[in-house]
Amino acid sequence: MDVTSPVREVLVTGNKTYHDVSHDICRHVEAKPNPKWMGAMAISLGALFVGGYALAITLWDGIGMWGLNKTVGWAWDITNFVWWVGIGHAGTLISAVLLLFRQKWRTSINRAAEAMTIFAVICALLFPLIHTGRPWLSFYWFVPIPNTWGSLWVNFHSPLLWDFFAISTYFTVSLVFWYIGLIPDFATIRDRATNKISKAIYGALSFGWDGAAKTWQRYETVSLVLAGLATPLVLSVHTIVSFDFATSVIPGWHTTIFPPYFVAGAIFSGFAMVLTLMLVTRKVYKLEDYITINHIELMNIIIMITGSIVGVAYITELFMAWYSGVQYEQYAFLNRATGPYWWAYWSMMTCNVISPQLFWFKKIRTNLYATFALSIVVNIGMWFERFVIIVTSLHRDYLPSSWAMFSPTIYDMGIYLFSFGLFFTLFFSFAKFFPVINMAEVKSVLKTSSGEIVNKK
Amino acid sequence: MSNHQKTYWKGTEQLTNDPSFVKNADKEFPEYLPVNSNKENDNGGTSRRDFLKMMGFGIAAASLAACEAPVRKAIPYLNKPVDVDPGIANYYASTYSTGGDYASIVVKTREGRPIKIEGNKQSPITQGGVSAQVEASVLSLYDQERLVGPLKGGKAANWEDIDKDIINQLNNISASGGQIRIISNTENSPSTLKVINQFAEKFGNTEHVMYDAVSAYGIIKANESSFGVSGIPSYDFSRANVIVSFGADFLGTWLSPIEFTKQYSRTRKVSSEDKTMSRHYQFETNLSLSGANADYRTPIKPSQEGLAVAALYNEVAKLTGNSGISTTKFEFNHMAKAAKDLVATRGKSLVVSGSNDADVQILVNGINNMLGNYGTTINLNKVAYFKKGNDEQFSNFIKEANAGNIDAVIFYNSNPVYDSGMGVELEKALTKIALTVSTSDRNDETTSLVKYVAPDHHFLESWNDAEPKQGELSLVQPTISPLFKTRQAQDSFLKWSGSQVAYYDFLRSNWESSYFASQEPTFDIFWDRTLYNGVLSVSGEASEISMNTADLASSASRINKNYTATNNGMELSLYTKVSIGTGFHSNNPWLQELPDPISKATWENYASISQKMANELGIKMFEGKTSVITVTINGQTIEIPALVQPGQAEGTIGIALGYGRKKAGKVGNDIGVDAYPFVATVNGVKSYSLTKGVSIDGKGAEYQLAQTQTHQTFMGRETVIQEALLSDYKKKGWHRDFQPQIATSKGKVSPSKLTLWNGHKYNNHHWGLAIDLNSCTGCAACTVACQSENNIPVVGKAEVAMRRDMQWMRIDRYYSSNADVSDHEGLEKAAENPEVVFQPMMCQHCNNAPCETVCPVAATTHSSEGLNQMTYNRCVGTRYCANNCPYKVRRFNWFKYHDNSKFDKNTSMNNTLGKMVLNPDVTVRSRGVMEKCSMCVQRIQAGKLQAKKEKRKMEDKDATTACASACPSDAIIFGDLNNPDSSISQYLKLKNHDDEPIKEVNNERAYHVLEELRVAPNVWYMTKIRNKDKVNNEA
Repeated sequence: MDVTSPVREVLVTGNKTYHDVSHDICRHVEAKPNPKWMGAMAISLGALFVGGYALAITLWDGIGMWGLNKTVGWAWDITNFVWWVGIGHAGTLISAVLLLFRQKWRTSINRAAEAMTIFAVICALLFPLIHTGRPWLSFYWFVPIPNTWGSLWVNFHSPLLWDFFAISTYFTVSLVFWYIGLIPDFATIRDRATNKISKAIYGALSFGWDGAAKTWQRYETVSLVLAGLATPLVLSVHTIVSFDFATSVIPGWHTTIFPPYFVAGAIFSGFAMVLTLMLVTRKVYKLEDYITINHIELMNIIIMITGSIVGVAYITELFMAWYSGVQYEQYAFLNRATGPYWWAYWSMMTCNVISPQLFWFKKIRTNLYATFALSIVVNIGMWFERFVIIVTSLHRDYLPSSWAMFSPTIYDMGIYLFSFGLFFTLFFSFAKFFPVINMAEVKSVLKTSSGEIVNKK
Repeated sequence: MSNHQKTYWKGTEQLTNDPSFVKNADKEFPEYLPVNSNKENDNGGTSRRDFLKMMGFGIAAASLAACEAPVRKAIPYLNKPVDVDPGIANYYASTYSTGGDYASIVVKTREGRPIKIEGNKQSPITQGGVSAQVEASVLSLYDQERLVGPLKGGKAANWEDIDKDIINQLNNISASGGQIRIISNTENSPSTLKVINQFAEKFGNTEHVMYDAVSAYGIIKANESSFGVSGIPSYDFSRANVIVSFGADFLGTWLSPIEFTKQYSRTRKVSSEDKTMSRHYQFETNLSLSGANADYRTPIKPSQEGLAVAALYNEVAKLTGNSGISTTKFEFNHMAKAAKDLVATRGKSLVVSGSNDADVQILVNGINNMLGNYGTTINLNKVAYFKKGNDEQFSNFIKEANAGNIDAVIFYNSNPVYDSGMGVELEKALTKIALTVSTSDRNDETTSLVKYVAPDHHFLESWNDAEPKQGELSLVQPTISPLFKTRQAQDSFLKWSGSQVAYYDFLRSNWESSYFASQEPTFDIFWDRTLYNGVLSVSGEASEISMNTADLASSASRINKNYTATNNGMELSLYTKVSIGTGFHSNNPWLQELPDPISKATWENYASISQKMANELGIKMFEGKTSVITVTINGQTIEIPALVQPGQAEGTIGIALGYGRKKAGKVGNDIGVDAYPFVATVNGVKSYSLTKGVSIDGKGAEYQLAQTQTHQTFMGRETVIQEALLSDYKKKGWHRDFQPQIATSKGKVSPSKLTLWNGHKYNNHHWGLAIDLNSCTGCAACTVACQSENNIPVVGKAEVAMRRDMQWMRIDRYYSSNADVSDHEGLEKAAENPEVVFQPMMCQHCNNAPCETVCPVAATTHSSEGLNQMTYNRCVGTRYCANNCPYKVRRFNWFKYHDNSKFDKNTSMNNTLGKMVLNPDVTVRSRGVMEKCSMCVQRIQAGKLQAKKEKRKMEDKDATTACASACPSDAIIFGDLNNPDSSISQYLKLKNHDDEPIKEVNNERAYHVLEELRVAPNVWYMTKIRNKDKVNNEA
């Protein structure tokens, strides 16, 4: 039996009953699409198609449509990849790690955060595929090719292969975890459905959920098992992504600090993205009682902490460059801060290190507008962090003869836009057709930690 | 008669004649087969199942037939030509001789197609060296824009008609005593000259006028005046301990750069056994290839050139006790030192000048004479015929033509409307000439203005000879049947002069009468042997030649008048590039995309200006971005992009000739600015600099130059470039100041002692390269050789500007900087007059290759012979390998470069004719795959097969890389590190020759670039040694 201290702030406000919870959340699924939603969806689809054109041209003509060159072989493609993977970290952290730590406040936000995770990972997966010169042969990447001299295996030394395993595992586990969580809620919608088609669809999606005690028990067990599986993945995915850089010989990449630094950065950007989306959903769907200022404050604290970790990592890198005495390492960091890409470095520093420190002020971390603005700033900063790591390390490495600059083309930008289009199309579809808040879990905390109980006392 | 044959029964059934057996005995399948079951059951019609089967087959067949399969015809030889075996290359000795540029070559042909040009080691002149232009000339053979047959009035005609017309008109002109002129560039083929003579004799009043786009007439005139020898002497740089050059880019473009590079590099090779090297002073305006290799370089203005030579004359005269000449005094940096060194090595020194001013050349002759260099480093008994153009004769021709006194002109493979510097006058004059004929291979600026075009063969389709130097003969033999309906120009001349002899027979009979003198039993044997060797030396008579010094004083006084020490005005100095040269090769994309060895710019010319002038104009070059400047030259205003060139003399602009062509073809047209109109004629001699009437009138729009290297300095990174002074090298023996060390718990150790790797085993061969930074002159012949050998695409200016050049072999060029090692920002700026170092850079074939570990698909792997190899089929194009390559030598196929109309300038892959140049042993890479230097693995394989066929171990002679074979300075040595007898093992002084991947090298100059990364390359570089007194960045 969970015991919640009465001094804790309530998680659900507004004296909600179980029925209120079902109604508040299901009504958006049941109602006709509203014009605001249709507008947002139209914009997303617009971005998807405009970006899709850039993608199609790239696939037709080749990677040469991008701004890459013989020196800078990765730029926006892998920047976007790492950025999206990073964003895809919050969901699993919230649902799995916080579940294991019995952080009840996660119940209102975990569904949307997990959805965001899955969509972000889908966007991320797009980039490794299309950044290859011959995407139609990308299956070589992970499948041993049988041939007459025995099967030709992939190279297990390559961090890109580890990436494939790490991300595909993460994606699969997150998807299953998310879907299992959705089953009781689908059943709720099924039971409330008045038209046959909805009933049939949600009936199928709910896998015949019967709400029996045994079913609930199994549900809880599976959730716990999956949470246990997913927790190491939160740490492993970005650790392995960071190996792409850390195991290389390029100054600015070859750094042992990368795994923890990348994981902290990923949680940092993931929480920021969750906040950006949540603040909008909360407002549009009038879910203020479920996603309270308390939730937002807690998330802001996590952003502040992870932002500080990232800041320490940046400074550690500078220290190591100086302390190592390696000429190339020193130049790489000097070049980051003062070279031709100084603006990217200082954008990163400002957005990631300085701006989260504002959350030390309670006024700011409980202010919705400030939170929204800073959540976007953080993600801009995190995009620049990846850009700085990838491009400014590559563009001036060992031999000055091959030093070059990278400048993006409209195709680079178009494909980034495509990934946004894809993400928001998926997210808005989710927001319309799936329950955005985990009703079943919210109901589980309603008795112990809601306004209703507190008032009764 | 009894039957004795044995019978073997199939079984007891047969023996017993079982009825059931007898019934089925003659059926193949004794059991019943339901093949046509329905026929037996039904009335013989088609069953439903059969109908469906046929239907299915029909649909499948129809849809398969509907898929359009490309029709590819592979036609076998009906009668196989002797010596042509599919898959086996044939080599033919021949000669590259274009406008006086000479190289003795060996042409590699495959299935009857010339695909590669190599140097001919038999030649005493070029000694196996080639240049970028020579290497690239094979692509010009397959140029789609060559004329495919004769033209009359710009329209296709046939040979009979134009021959009839031309002969009729020539006869008429001859009968009426009209003047006929044959205009060509330097022609040094004795047989061709004979043909032309025969032609001239037939028609009378015929003059053969030779001119050169870049004239050396001043030297010829000076020698006439000083020695009575009207010609250019043979120079021998290999015997010169001290070399002083006044603007002569003898390593790049002056007279015979391949020969001079061979000779010069011999004086630059140092080893622990022989620690001597030549000292080279260069006084010049533009930073040339020779200036970049010089130990001491002094920038001078063209207006000072005469005074600089005079100053040296006086210094040398003073030291040798001769009387000086009176000149304006001016202190030139390093001049006194140069004089001292010259005098110290009297008879073993050499002073040359690129000036076309006969007075300057007379003083140079005087200096060499005082130093006693005639007979040692300069040989007047062996006159060189690299340049025979006579500027006065050509000017006269223009005058006469403009006066309407010329009745017929034949342009024999020359394009004077474009490159004579008098194109405008000539264009006007051409309308006044009744009969105009051209033999050019394309409808160029001159040819398009003539009435008859009788296009000549490409030299790879022709028979010919050449005499680049007195007594040094060379044969040209065809390596392919003529591709088009062209005709050899000599045949045209013979035909027009009424001869029925084919030029081949003419050539043979000429050789029989002139050069065959019982060296061999019969002429046929002599001929075959000479053809096989490609070259023949005929000894001449040596005679004592002494200098007539009477003209010195008058020359000195004219120099005093014509040159000033302090000219405040802007000056222009015209030069030619190693790649495009005079513009003859403009339509050759390999040369257009070849980075200039100094500026690293491709695809155009530009105005090179000094850093100081750039600051004054507010031009800051970054990543090839610059500004267009407006330059007024003699009243003509041009817009030209500026290139900031360290080492450019203050107050001067350098512009390359050979660009701005209008009718070269789609590759060469409208690239850059045509600078030929600025070639002036001074006292009847062409001058390539202007000291008056030049001004820069401000800065215009932003402009993007396509450079393959945009960062100029090596940032003080000693693991990249290692240098030493000769004096230190002599003193310390083992001299490498910089030895990277890695700190460990047991103290500092050399990186070679540490490894995380198990290492490969090389049981058989272990290939490696040794590159001598000291003898590499940066001439870029290797880059084109590699491009030709390995089917490397040309990507065009826009892609090069995007930094996507594809050349596997690049030559990094670094300038020195005056800044302190810790001043990173200062290090980025080159010195005003920098020291230069060239570093050929290609795949280092690391034993612990960082690219190999990161490839997810194992497309780049290590071979059992130490090579890092690419499997194109396997590559998906993640580019991770390129990112992780510390040397950045990997090249990615960003687009499909073959059969793609967007890359139609990549002519070797985008039309059927151009594709004939492709090396069939090397895959043409598809879009999206990575590529890089393979160390010419196809040549290694061919060599291995050769050795195997002969049942012996592979030796040095069996294989070498394209770059090593092309290198005119022998700076690249390729070989087997496991073989103790190989030249690379000897050179590097390898200690172990076992199967270990890491070999211990004892050549004291050898180092690995980025040694401390411990990637253990198989390419070693030899420390650059400078023959200077002290380390001085401001050279």
